[in-house]
Amino acid sequence: MGNLGSMLNMFKRIGVRAVIESDPAVIQQADKLLLPGVGAFDTAMTCINSVAGLREVLNHKALVEYAPILGVCLGMQLLTCASEEGTLPGLGWIPGVTSRFPKLEGLKVPHMGWNVASPNTPNRLTAQLGDESRYYFVHSYCVHVEDSEHSLMRTHYGIDFDSAIGRDNIYGVQFHPEKSHRFGMQILKNFAEL
Amino acid sequence: MTMIRTRIIPALLLRNESLVKTVRFGKFTYVGDPANTVRIFNELEVDELLFLDITASRENRSPNPKVLADIANECFMPLGYGGGISRLDQAKAVFDIGFEKVAINTHAEANPALISEIAGHYGSQAVIASIDVKKGLFGVQTVRTLSGSNNTRRDPVIWAMEVEKMGAGEILLTSIDREGTWDGFDLELVKRVTDNVSVPVIAHGGAGSLNDIRKAVNEGGATAIALGSMVVFHKKNNGVLINFPSLNSIHEN
Repeated sequence: MGNLGSMLNMFKRIGVRAVIESDPAVIQQADKLLLPGVGAFDTAMTCINSVAGLREVLNHKALVEYAPILGVCLGMQLLTCASEEGTLPGLGWIPGVTSRFPKLEGLKVPHMGWNVASPNTPNRLTAQLGDESRYYFVHSYCVHVEDSEHSLMRTHYGIDFDSAIGRDNIYGVQFHPEKSHRFGMQILKNFAEL
Repeated sequence: MTMIRTRIIPALLLRNESLVKTVRFGKFTYVGDPANTVRIFNELEVDELLFLDITASRENRSPNPKVLADIANECFMPLGYGGGISRLDQAKAVFDIGFEKVAINTHAEANPALISEIAGHYGSQAVIASIDVKKGLFGVQTVRTLSGSNNTRRDPVIWAMEVEKMGAGEILLTSIDREGTWDGFDLELVKRVTDNVSVPVIAHGGAGSLNDIRKAVNEGGATAIALGSMVVFHKKNNGVLINFPSLNSIHEN
């Protein structure tokens, strides 16, 4: 679940056709997939696992067809192997884990608000976005990938974490591009043009 | 110390299909059409927008889906809406349009379970508890509902602690006595609340200068600031001018 309305609004603005779908037969036909998500890790994984055939279609799209896939917020965390928020395994497409922000003096969790994300591995998803680009974040858990080549952007909030990740055709962003003005719009445009 | 930028949030007052601005919750001035106004805020790349339909509960109106859809279609920033939400399905309708936060005020006081119910479905980050505070005859501040017309006799600090416990992810703290006056925030009220809750507090009511904003953050402990008059008027007692203070001027001291 998540705020799908605003995602559709942004795609409409940049002239990209997008539909909300959970039927594996229809998802099978898509050129690209966006995996949204707000809420709890296990709830989302249970949701994916409970639709017959959905997990298989997703794996096929991601690992056999190499269709571009973008996970957003919780959707990005689902790309990792596991999360401290739950007990179920994630999709495991990008090696890494999702952990809770540490308890630090003066650090409010969730990390909510605008923060910068600095590109660190050049790639098409973050093309044309400089160090001063800012994005809207709302999350209590953050991703750390195993292989630094899969880290596309880093953000600092108490600790450094991976705010955009990517491996081949699979991408994830921790922030909400649909709520991040022209910066987020550029990310979604870049994704649409992959 | 880890800080992120203080969110500066234009708080825009809807009166059904128009944007208005008030002084101490009265004296309505017409500001403009919501869709046109938000287009300007979109270009100014503001941090977040909050829309409050200030008479919805008193006039027993539900959120107006057409006005909210017009806003959401224009805005690519976080959006909050408050006014007349008394049930989960009304909150759901607002989220489906593309808003990610709802503010609950009158109906939270009348039915505190509403906050837990919405937070349970959509997460605490989606629920702003809006608390309007006004001084009474003997200078005692109490929580008011129904556009300030109903004195609940609740203490603002105790009520803030209760809404946090019920699952509100943020508190919008409005001083009715300062609202629209440009006289500065009620820093003492802001501080009393921020000292007693751990969720972010958005200070609202009275901002007249950048210095007022800095004080609310540095002395009051506010996490975010809501601006009304400052972003819709050129200056005090002056005409409508949609504007937003430059980021650098806010974030440099």
